[in-house]
Formats: sequence, C-alpha cells, structure tokens
Amino acid sequence: MSAPTSGPHATRNVFDTDDASFEAMGGDWDDVAQRIRELGEERIVVNMGPQHPSTHGVLRLMIEMDGEYVTEARAGIGYLHTGIEKNMEYRTFTQGVTFCTRMDYLASFFQEAAYCLAVERLLGIEAPERAQIIRVILMELNRISSHFVCLGTGGNELGATTVMTAAFTGREEILRIFESVSGLRMNNAYIRPGGIAQDVPRDFADEVRSRIPKIEKYLKDLADLCLGNPIFKLRTVGVGHLNLSGAMALGITGPILRSAGLPYDVRKAKPYCGYENYDFDVPVSSDADSYSRVVLRAEECWQSLRIIKQALAKLEGTAGAPVMVEDKKIAWPAQLAISSDGQGNSFEHIRQIMGSSMESLIHHFKLVTEGFRVPAGQVWQTVEHPRGELGVHLVSDGGTRPYRAHFRDPSFNNLQGTSIMCEGGQVADVVVAVASIDPVMGGVDR
Amino acid sequence: MSDITGPATQQHTPSLFGDNSHEVVDVRTGMFGSNDSGDTSGFGGLTRVVGIPNASPRPLGSWYDDVVDVLEEILHEQDTTTAIESVVVDRDELTLFIAREHLVAVCQALRDDQDLRFELSLGVSGVHYPHDQGRELHAVYHLTSVTHGRSLRLEVAAPDEDPTIPSTVSVYPGNDWHERETFDFFGINFTGRDDLTRIEMPDDWPGHPQRKDYPLGGIPVEYKGATIPPADQRRSYS
Repeated sequence: MSAPTSGPHATRNVFDTDDASFEAMGGDWDDVAQRIRELGEERIVVNMGPQHPSTHGVLRLMIEMDGEYVTEARAGIGYLHTGIEKNMEYRTFTQGVTFCTRMDYLASFFQEAAYCLAVERLLGIEAPERAQIIRVILMELNRISSHFVCLGTGGNELGATTVMTAAFTGREEILRIFESVSGLRMNNAYIRPGGIAQDVPRDFADEVRSRIPKIEKYLKDLADLCLGNPIFKLRTVGVGHLNLSGAMALGITGPILRSAGLPYDVRKAKPYCGYENYDFDVPVSSDADSYSRVVLRAEECWQSLRIIKQALAKLEGTAGAPVMVEDKKIAWPAQLAISSDGQGNSFEHIRQIMGSSMESLIHHFKLVTEGFRVPAGQVWQTVEHPRGELGVHLVSDGGTRPYRAHFRDPSFNNLQGTSIMCEGGQVADVVVAVASIDPVMGGVDR
Repeated sequence: MSDITGPATQQHTPSLFGDNSHEVVDVRTGMFGSNDSGDTSGFGGLTRVVGIPNASPRPLGSWYDDVVDVLEEILHEQDTTTAIESVVVDRDELTLFIAREHLVAVCQALRDDQDLRFELSLGVSGVHYPHDQGRELHAVYHLTSVTHGRSLRLEVAAPDEDPTIPSTVSVYPGNDWHERETFDFFGINFTGRDDLTRIEMPDDWPGHPQRKDYPLGGIPVEYKGATIPPADQRRSYS
C-alpha cells in the first residue's frame, strides 16, 4: 500500500491487489466471490428497504451502483396495499370517507374532500358555504402539517434531528386543532358527502388564531435551520434534478412540477370549495432541484396561513349557518359529545332521535344502514394535495355504494421520477431525492 | 347490475328517460335486493330505473365541440374515421369513447396538436362491467390541458376474451405505473410494452382483485354473542 496522499482521495479499488478477501463463507459464496473476481468491477446491487428508516415507510429501492455512483435506480411498491378501493365498493357512500381518509394518512382531509366533492358532483348538489369554508381551513392546516412532516423527516434523513423535532412540534399544534374539531388527530372522517359531520366548536376561530403564531415560529425555526445552512445546501442544491419536460412527461405535479418552473396549482386552475374567493400566490422556482422543493414547501405553508386567516374571517361571518345540505335523505344526523368513555354521539341527540318520533327513528335507521342512492354515471374530481394533483374517479351504478372508486394518488405517480432523479448521482443523494418527492406509502399503495 | 328483465322496462322507461338522454341498464324492484320471501314490507312494488348517459347530440356546448372537431379532423387526415365511437357530455365532463386500436393515435393527437394540447396525463383507471357483453373491461384515461385549462376523459373497452389495449406509455410515459396497476387489478393486458408486471399485488398472486367476480374476503366477527358477517355477505340494498 502506498502512503496516503494529501487532499481528498477515494478508497483504492480492492481488486487492484491480488489479496482481495471476502468475509462471507459457506453456501455458494465461493462461486459468487469467484464471479466477482472475474468481472473485476465494482458493480453492486443494493436493496434499500422496504424496511429502511430513510425510505419514508415501506418503499423498496433497488439501486445498481458503480462505486459510489448510482447507475440504475428502481422503486418497488405494494408493501402497504390494503385494498381500500375494493373495500369502498362494499360500503355506503358516507362510509367511504372512513376508508379513503386512511390512504395518504398525512393528508387525510384531502382524500375526504376530493371524495366528498366527487359524490356531490354525482348527486348534483353542493355543500353549504360554511361547510366549504371549514373544509378550506382544515385542508390548508393539513397542508402545513403534511409539509412539516416532509421537511422534518427529510432533515432527519440528512442527520439533522433538530429539524425533525422542530417540525413535529409544529405539527403537534395543528393536530391539536384537528382533535378539537373532529375528536381525532389523524384519519378524521370529518368531511361528509353534503357537508361536514358537525359544526366546529364555538371557540374554533380563537383557537386557530392562538395557535398560528406558534406555527409561524416553528416555520421560521425550520427556515433558519435549513435554508441558509451550508451543509444542508451542499446536500440538496442541484440534487434530484428533474426539469419541466421530464416532470410533464411523467405526469408529476405539486411542488416538484412547480420547482421546475410551471405554476400549476389546481386551486387556481380549477377552483373547488370556493378557492377562487381567496387571495394567495402559487410559489414557483426554476431550479428544479431538492433545495428549491424545500423552499417551495416552506413558502406554501406561509401561503396556506394567508388562506386560513381569510377563511377564519369568512367563518365568523357565517356563524350559525348550516354545515350540511338541507336534504334529510342525504344528511346523516350527527351530534358528537365527549363522555366518560371518550367521544361519541351525544346523549341528548340520541334521546331526540329515539324518543321523539317513530318516523324519525326509522328514517335515521334507514339512512345509516342503507345509505342514499346516487344517480348512475361517473365523475372525475381533482384537488391540490400537498404532494400534487389528487384525482378521484368515482363511478355509481345508481345504488347506495360506489360501483368503483379510484384514487389517483400524487405520490404514486411522482415516485416514477425516482429513476430519473437518482441515476447518475451518488448513493447518498438517493435519500435526498426520494425525500424531495415526499412519498407517503399509505397513499401510494392504498 | 343485472340484466334487464320483466315488463317493468317497457312500462317505466319512457316516463323517466323519455328524452333518450339515458340508456337504461337496470330496473330494480323492491327495497332490499332480495326476493326470496313474501312482500311483507309493502316496498316490493317499488320500481326504479337505472340509466347511464347516452351519446350526447351536437352541439355539445362549451369548448367540447371545438376539441372533438379538431380531433376528428386530425384523425381524418390519417384516414381514421372509426376512432371515436361516441361522445358523452355528462355533469360538465367530456368523455370520448375510443376504439382501442386507435387509442395511441388519439392520444398522440390530443397531446401534440396546438389547439388540443392535453399535455398532462393523470393516469389510467379501470372499471369492470361484467354485464356489458363484449365490453366488460374499461380503461379510463384522464387528460388535462394546462395550456387551455381543460380536461377530458378517454374510455376504452375490451372484451373479457381478449383483454388487450395498446399501451400509451410511448405518448404519456407517466402512464407506466398506472397501466401496471390496471393490469394488476383488472387483468387488462396493455400491449406494446414488455415490462407489464404486477405492481401492488405480489408477483405470484392469482387473479385480479378489482374485478367484480373477485370476492372481497373477510371472516365473521363475533361480538357479545352475535356474529357479524364479513362486509361482502351483509345485506345489500338495490
């Protein structure tokens, strides 16, 4: 061995010497070692995941490497497939919300909203204004909490634990709001076809307003920790590059498409839930790398806060207005209350249903067990999910259950960009590129 | 959906869909989807007609006419006149039923022509209609034009005996995983690509789970002495 030279240097090729040795023994390892000696190259195939802390859940990456460089990267999915779409065909339209909220579990409200908007399109109805305002507030809060997880886990994968703790503490503020509204921190099943399950608590606007400064503080902390940090920039600038034509060809939407220079946002392109009434900007960049995606996600959080502040004012203007359609054949009667064994239907509400009129009891029973019939046909409803364009293809055959419910999950589609973002880069950059896609496997596999 | 049977079809169709806007696909009687006992509830006399939207007459309205005209013109230049089987406008959405052999040409035209520019494909979804003889398997494509702010749907049907549809990956590379998913769940064979493998289910899985004849599965659950059957064996309503 020659003496180490000064300055950076790579590890010498083990096959340059005659004394290459291998630790593994037994089985066919001798044959394997012999074949590697004959090939005399450093090509290795590495299986990253499906149980690996830096692959955001059960994502399997098959990486072919030449030294430290990735020559081929493939993503394997399906490890979290639970057949949610199939299950939805066996439940009523209202019960479907409980299933689709579990798809992308970090952005539950988006699946709920997209699905309910699709059911409403099939029915030819529209939820009342107050319900739409509440949906917007919850979706934008959810967008911030989802981006918090993206930035936090992304930072953690780079070795910056403080980024993760700051992000998760910030997310906690939002989850508390969700809990006060729906009783649940995740998988809320709060939005329903025709409106929402029940009105928000009386002090909801004040609670959100009191938490916004804390959310802003953690957003600032995250920006301070990451955006000017030279190590963070060395790891992310220019890494995971995907230009506009590549993103369009692969159908990639959301922050990745906007980082490539196209300000495409469904909230602007095809407004739903009254997004045309809010004043907000669509942040865009042309750097097309992982760093710009971090900047965009952080900026989107500030835009979401802008929307939330406007929506809270509208919410206070509609106090007392209905949050569910008037049609009693569609609106599930619901009135939740907190009791000693947790949350459930309020006792007074049950007494009113059970005790006041036989007809209303029958009606309630039929509506909950049987559901409502939806005219035959199909619709396609998209919403701007934190990760891109979420599409719902909903088909009804005129019955009380969806004939087919298909969710076009943005991370399912965006993961196709793994290969083009990773190949040619170093293996350490794979982690950064995948983190910039921000896949959530619950949504990918459904 | 079951086949149309009984005299109810003749009796009720004209009154409900007299304008020929809908194709009657099913007539359902009663309330509970079961006919194995006497009509004790009095709901047995209920009759409901299920209709799906028929081909829409011209003018289609909005921008739909322009897009269909331009597309027909381009296809005509390529000596293709049978590509568009029918055009349906329903709930403000445009659906083009495309003959499967012309699907790639239609996609190419929709993507590249400057008046169409449906440059963003939002994937492929499958639907299984076992009662639709000769057109059991449908593949549904959702295309968006960012340039013009439009979106439309392509629907392609294939029979169960020959479940092949040409692959559109050459036009929309992003359809790669969506086609694999549709193959996995419905068994639609997208031809013209050699890497059509399962994506969600294990490689050696038998059957295609999203087909209507594939059971949901599940076991009965016992709770406080009562047994609750799995979801696909519970009472369903017609």
